[in-house]
Amino acid sequence: MKIVIIGNGMVGHKLCEKLIARNSQQSLELVVFGEDTRPAYDRVHLSEFFAGKSARDLELAGYDWYAEHHIKLYTGDPIRSIDPATKTIHSHLGLTENYDYLILATGSAAFVPPIPGVEKEGVFIYRTIEDLELIRDYAPKVKSGAVIGGGLLGLEAAKALIDLGIKEVHVVEFAPRLMPRQVDEAGSKILQTKLEQLGLHIHTNTNTREILGGQNITGLKFSDTEAISTDMLIISAGIKPRDELARHSGLATGNRGGIIVNEKMQTSDPFIYAIGECALYNGMIYGLVAPGYEMADAVASQLMGDNKLFTGFDMSTKLKLIGVDVASFGDPFSTGNAVRTIVLEDQHKNIYKRINLSEDGKQLLGGILIGEADQYNMLLQTCKNKLVLPPDPETIFLGEKNGTVRQGGGVLDLPAEAIICSCEGITKDTICCSVTGQGCESVDTIKKMTKAGTGCGGCVPMIKDLVTGTMKAQGKYLRNSLCEHFSQSRQELFDLIKIHDLKTYDEALDKLGAGHGCEVCKPAIASIIASLWGEMILKKGNDTAQDSNDRFLANIQKGGSYSIVPRIPGGEITPEKLIVIGQVAKKYNLYTKITGGQRIDMFGAHVTDLPLIWEELIAAGFESGHAYGKALRTVKSCVGSTWCRFGLHDSVSFAIRIEERYRGLRAPHKIKSAVSGCIRECAEAQGKDFGIIATEKGWNLFVCGNGGSKPQHALLLASDLDDETCIKYIDRFLMFYIKTADPLTRTATWLNKMDGGIDYLRNVVVNDSLHMAEQWEAEMQALVNSYKCEWKEVVENPELRKRFTHFVNAPEEKDPTIKFEPMRDQKKVADWK
Amino acid sequence: MQTITHQKTQAWFEACHTHDVPHNGGVCVKYNDQQIALFHFARRGEWYATQNECPHRKQMALSRGMIGTSGDEPKVACPFHKKTFSLITGECISGDECTIKTYEVKVEQGLVYIAVDGHHENY
Ligand code: SRM
Ligand SMILES: Cc1cc2nc3c(=O)[nH]c(=O)nc-3n(C[C@H](O)[C@H](O)[C@H](O)COP(=O)(O)OP(=O)(O)OC[C@H]3O[C@@H](n4cnc5c(N)ncnc54)[C@H](O)[C@@H]3O)c2cc1C
Ligand code: SF4
Ligand code: FES
Repeated sequence: MKIVIIGNGMVGHKLCEKLIARNSQQSLELVVFGEDTRPAYDRVHLSEFFAGKSARDLELAGYDWYAEHHIKLYTGDPIRSIDPATKTIHSHLGLTENYDYLILATGSAAFVPPIPGVEKEGVFIYRTIEDLELIRDYAPKVKSGAVIGGGLLGLEAAKALIDLGIKEVHVVEFAPRLMPRQVDEAGSKILQTKLEQLGLHIHTNTNTREILGGQNITGLKFSDTEAISTDMLIISAGIKPRDELARHSGLATGNRGGIIVNEKMQTSDPFIYAIGECALYNGMIYGLVAPGYEMADAVASQLMGDNKLFTGFDMSTKLKLIGVDVASFGDPFSTGNAVRTIVLEDQHKNIYKRINLSEDGKQLLGGILIGEADQYNMLLQTCKNKLVLPPDPETIFLGEKNGTVRQGGGVLDLPAEAIICSCEGITKDTICCSVTGQGCESVDTIKKMTKAGTGCGGCVPMIKDLVTGTMKAQGKYLRNSLCEHFSQSRQELFDLIKIHDLKTYDEALDKLGAGHGCEVCKPAIASIIASLWGEMILKKGNDTAQDSNDRFLANIQKGGSYSIVPRIPGGEITPEKLIVIGQVAKKYNLYTKITGGQRIDMFGAHVTDLPLIWEELIAAGFESGHAYGKALRTVKSCVGSTWCRFGLHDSVSFAIRIEERYRGLRAPHKIKSAVSGCIRECAEAQGKDFGIIATEKGWNLFVCGNGGSKPQHALLLASDLDDETCIKYIDRFLMFYIKTADPLTRTATWLNKMDGGIDYLRNVVVNDSLHMAEQWEAEMQALVNSYKCEWKEVVENPELRKRFTHFVNAPEEKDPTIKFEPMRDQKKVADWK
Repeated sequence: MQTITHQKTQAWFEACHTHDVPHNGGVCVKYNDQQIALFHFARRGEWYATQNECPHRKQMALSRGMIGTSGDEPKVACPFHKKTFSLITGECISGDECTIKTYEVKVEQGLVYIAVDGHHENY
């Protein structure tokens, strides 16, 4: 059987995959013609081209794949005519092929409304890699840009213009609201507010009459009195199915475009099928990729002897705009007597959520989520699989926030046939069977085995839950193992390394692990060894096991230069030392900035200069600030009783004492601290891993606070402590954390996972319930005593210094690819390519 | 040492001494205008060389990455975003569609040589 596919887009490619998967008899001859000069690529993630993805990164398979599966692929050669009578096609370059079955997967083109002036330079569409190349090259010349069309794609294009650095971006929408096809009026208002916060100028209810300018666009005219000026324009006013070839060949097409197909995806000629965005099914063009894949599956099944039909597909989507969550699923608008809706509208936080329920309140018909769409996947599955809702349906979107546990509704409760990954059409059953049958025990292996989670990635959290859930259900003990080389948890390894007195990464791997290590276990074991023995971390054998930042004792920056952060304990610094920092920064041409941690960061140092810079800093009395390590960072202080009229104790002196005690201490993650002189809390101690606040009688000690992406307030561990007791408790607290936390777990997360929570922790630290206090205090004291400045050791050791070069065979030369640009009298690193 | 048959003519570039390269780590070698990352996988007694540029964000960084194995496949992890690449084929093993160039390496009398013409173009 010979099958010819016209169009090598996302859906055409998916059909090839589906046919190959069913071609166990090797009886197929497959020929594909594509108009594009490259093989099919991922249009859905096209915007990532601006974030640095190359055409190759976006490629779905590539020529090799086609060759490997014996598919003849002609690119850059569109088909010009079909002769259904003789079952032949003719290509632009003069090739003729006959077929048994022909599939049209010609997709669609951007619809460009006939506005006078569309031919001007600076007017673009947004559909192909070539379009984006043109936009990328034009954008640096302009100050303002506009997009016609406030739908899914238009908003994506507008966000891209902002990301390209264009200062002023307009969105012009003909309809009275944004995303009219997916979102209702109230939701649209909230969305508009959010987008305006991102800096977009939105014009709804606006018709563009003319594109102004000479050869180049200079503006848009809306009416006699209204116009805006703009230097470039992207038109995203909808799509136009590519049905011209079908029409010329006599196939039935719709009045408003599209190749008419039945539920087998056959056109008016039973030997010719159409799929994807060119196909008109039931009066509808599906402008999304998931329905296209479903159509491809139906055709593959038809041609290979099964009888799967396409019976429509819902248009649920989630917008990919960073910074704004927007999703709509099922029937977002349903109204009428038989429908009940629940709406949550929070104009303060700009969140809008709407769900539509069946009259008896038992079924979810559809909904809209704006500003917060975490529950999208679950709601979509609940809707698609007609799961029965709990008695108070609003809990499905309010529930967990109020502390009440949501009843039912977890992924594990979904029926076996529930689609988990809608991009690839993978069911819950397929995923669970890969766990039970094929031994897949991680999201990665599931991705490889089933392709689930490889599209938009939205279902990955659900896959993770399914994997863990299924393994638990099988009675498998879920080992918290470090990686493929160590089956133990970090806590187990900590004890084992101590018992066996292991001092290097290789010793640990030989004794306790298998294989040759990786980027997960190396830094984790190196950190344990550093916490246990307090030896210089670049000691031979452990140097290359350190994370890159630890290996070069500096944070690597965009471009490959490094930053330098000397320790400034408690944020206190003398004028003499400030001058030294200024002189050094000037000499080595470094960008300087005050950090959020009360010290000074110098950016943009070549690796070769690091030892020279540190030599000068150390000579002036500075030492490493460990800004690169999973170690103590800063102990912030407020000015306290020495100057402040409210201060109760000398918070600066205590902060310096604390910082000097724990400097250099290696831990599972970084540790931060602060000391405030009174309850006004100017040092923000309650946001730190451990924070200290002065009281009338002493110090209150708070633990396990966190800033970062999931901020959490620290909890009170003990009150009114004197200096010595406070330090004793901190010693115990830190040793307990260092010994028991998983890698890369901050104290807040560590506490959240601890059975018994803060009460248990208090019992361990204050009441010494584990009888470890004495040992931990002694261990901490040993680490404190063994502290040495790592940078001082490097500067003084020629063997270690030798590693700080870029070229091994040209040690004096710097990396010529590092480029800086001027900015506000200093420099910045050139942007990623 | 890796042995891969090759047809092209070889030019062996003398990169450095064996002791210039840290055990189980990498260094960057300058070859004309090119940057080559050279690794000594001491645990396995093997030497590898690849392009120094990470294709993800075009950073000259692979020589500063950590090396290790995935199954039996030796690999390097870029220090920037931890994308990992096979040291043998150059393929990205953390799921991206990008590949790095690999070069043959030989060690003779304490000197490390990189095959600069006979490398495997994986594109
Ligand atoms: C320089 C600085 C920003 C600034 O210009 O002010 C900074 C810069 C970086 N931060 Fe930060 N953070 C800085 C203060 C903070 C603060 C505020 C504070 O410490 O008071 C926070 C929130 C508080 C907290 O950590 O709880 C903060 C939360 C983070 C996080 C998120 C941690 C989390 O638990 O979620 C990361 C990511 C990580 O560590 O995994 C991070 C990671 C980073 C890294 C190291 C990212 C990286 O790997 O390249 C940045 C590089 C710094 C460099 O190259 O030198 N930075 N970072 C601040 C340095 C403070 C210092 O003197 O050491
Ligand atoms: C920027 C952008 C973002 C998007 N985001 C999403 C999203 O988040 N979610 C979602 O579901 N969808 C999204 N889409 C839509 C999605 O990309 C399309 O639904 C999907 O690509 C349709 O696949 P297709 O194969 O039908 O068409 P296409 O991918 O357009 O492929 C058709 C191919 O056929 C070729 N062709 C046409 N005529 C001929 C001929 N005569 N001879 C040979 N070849 C021919 C064309 O050159 C083209 O390569 C987005 C689209 C764009 C442009
Ligand atoms: S915390 Fe108290 S002592 Fe410190 S600055 Fe604020 S008011 Fe003053
Ligand atoms: S630059 Fe190498 S992983 Fe991103």
